[in-house]
Amino acid sequence: MIGAACAHYASRAGLHVTVVDRGPVAGGTTGAGEGNLLVSDKEPGPELRLALLSTRLWTELAAESPPDIEYERKGGLVVASTEAELTALRALAAEQRRAGVTAADVPADRLADHEPHLAPDLTGGCHYPQDAQVQPALAAAHLLRAAVGTGRLSLRLGEEVTAVLTEKGGAVRGVRTAKGEIRAPHVVNATGAWGGRLARMAGVELPIRPRRGFVLVTEPLPRLVRHKVYSAEYVADVASGSAALQTSAVVEGTQAGPVLIGASRERVGFDRALSVEALRRLASQATRLFPALARARALRAYAGFRPYLPDHLPAIGPDPRVPGLLHACGHEGAGIGLAPATGLLITGFLTEAEPPLDPSPFAPERFAREPAPP
Amino acid sequence: MGQADRTTPADLVGATDATHFFTFDGRRVAARPGQSIAAALWTAGILAWRETRGAARPRGAFCGIGQCHDCLATVNGRPNRRACLVTARPGDEVTTQKGHGHAEPR
Repeated sequence: MIGAACAHYASRAGLHVTVVDRGPVAGGTTGAGEGNLLVSDKEPGPELRLALLSTRLWTELAAESPPDIEYERKGGLVVASTEAELTALRALAAEQRRAGVTAADVPADRLADHEPHLAPDLTGGCHYPQDAQVQPALAAAHLLRAAVGTGRLSLRLGEEVTAVLTEKGGAVRGVRTAKGEIRAPHVVNATGAWGGRLARMAGVELPIRPRRGFVLVTEPLPRLVRHKVYSAEYVADVASGSAALQTSAVVEGTQAGPVLIGASRERVGFDRALSVEALRRLASQATRLFPALARARALRAYAGFRPYLPDHLPAIGPDPRVPGLLHACGHEGAGIGLAPATGLLITGFLTEAEPPLDPSPFAPERFAREPAPP
Repeated sequence: MGQADRTTPADLVGATDATHFFTFDGRRVAARPGQSIAAALWTAGILAWRETRGAARPRGAFCGIGQCHDCLATVNGRPNRRACLVTARPGDEVTTQKGHGHAEPR
């Protein structure tokens, strides 16, 4: 998705772009998520600023795209199950409001107005009308299709980059694939969880590691869940750096009918093995929020790898260590949401336009002085 | 040709010829022991037993191995059973599944 958004904005700005992907469109992390475009789960700071810009850009992109990208401004509902959780949630929402987020406190007895099938014993929540959802694989494909329509995009799928080519002075001059060399003065590393590997091909370190997540998919159900609904614990899990398994229920319906249940986080490398423990916890936490889910059956589960950087911020921008190399990766679980702002920032760097927001917190070289992660 | 070359799938699972019956939308359908609901319906010339959620288009078995979830049917009142995996049992009531097959949530 990040690569598609970069290609979309860059080709629209008049640049000629070649997208090289070792798999199909959305074959990596893009195809393994839920398509969340969230401001609600972000604490005030650089990532929230990026999310707010992206929220606006997604509205524009959705207006230009066919309806089958399933963009829906459904809103988010964050719910607390204890008084302590609610106090922390209210404090976060107050800070977010000061940072430009629309958030409305919802008392316990009004939760059912938003979600009639929620468990009756929750302590309260917050409603975030800016939260939205897309079908990420379709969205990525349509952004690429629109870019192809400019006549400036060529798409090379099923072709893996095997080397980053550099001049004698160290500047990038393209990439090599099994099918030959592609010459370009700029190479954008939008390889997500595999971004560290591409960076190493260019001779630099970028400490991206995979953070695995499962999504449990129910049978198609009548409209049971209207918003993106998640427990207040989720925000703490997102911000944590722990490698151990963490789960907190994130529940949402889809236009096709199945309910998607996330979110688990664990750092286990690129291990795709199904974790019964993770799925068991997801199912029980989701049922805690929506008791009716206890009668629904799970059809399947899928796993994906979030591109994780130690400070939970993406790497966006030129790499001063290798002239011509730019990074656009490390968005962890927020890549779909943050894609448009990332694409616009990258395009701004390539065309030397004024950046739409301060990109310095995302500087890719910020980890260079730190010791390598264990 | 050796004897093994004439082994049929029915031989492999030890199926007998004892036919039993279940119903599909009230119609009597014959099945052999161990046969899946989808196989028995096909044998009876019935190719569709679900209507899609959006446009109510007909669906039946597609992959036949439990992956595609196209062959969903309501079996004994329970929706979303994969007819290609569920063994037909004597007296089962199989009905055409309309949409997601669920009542509105309470």
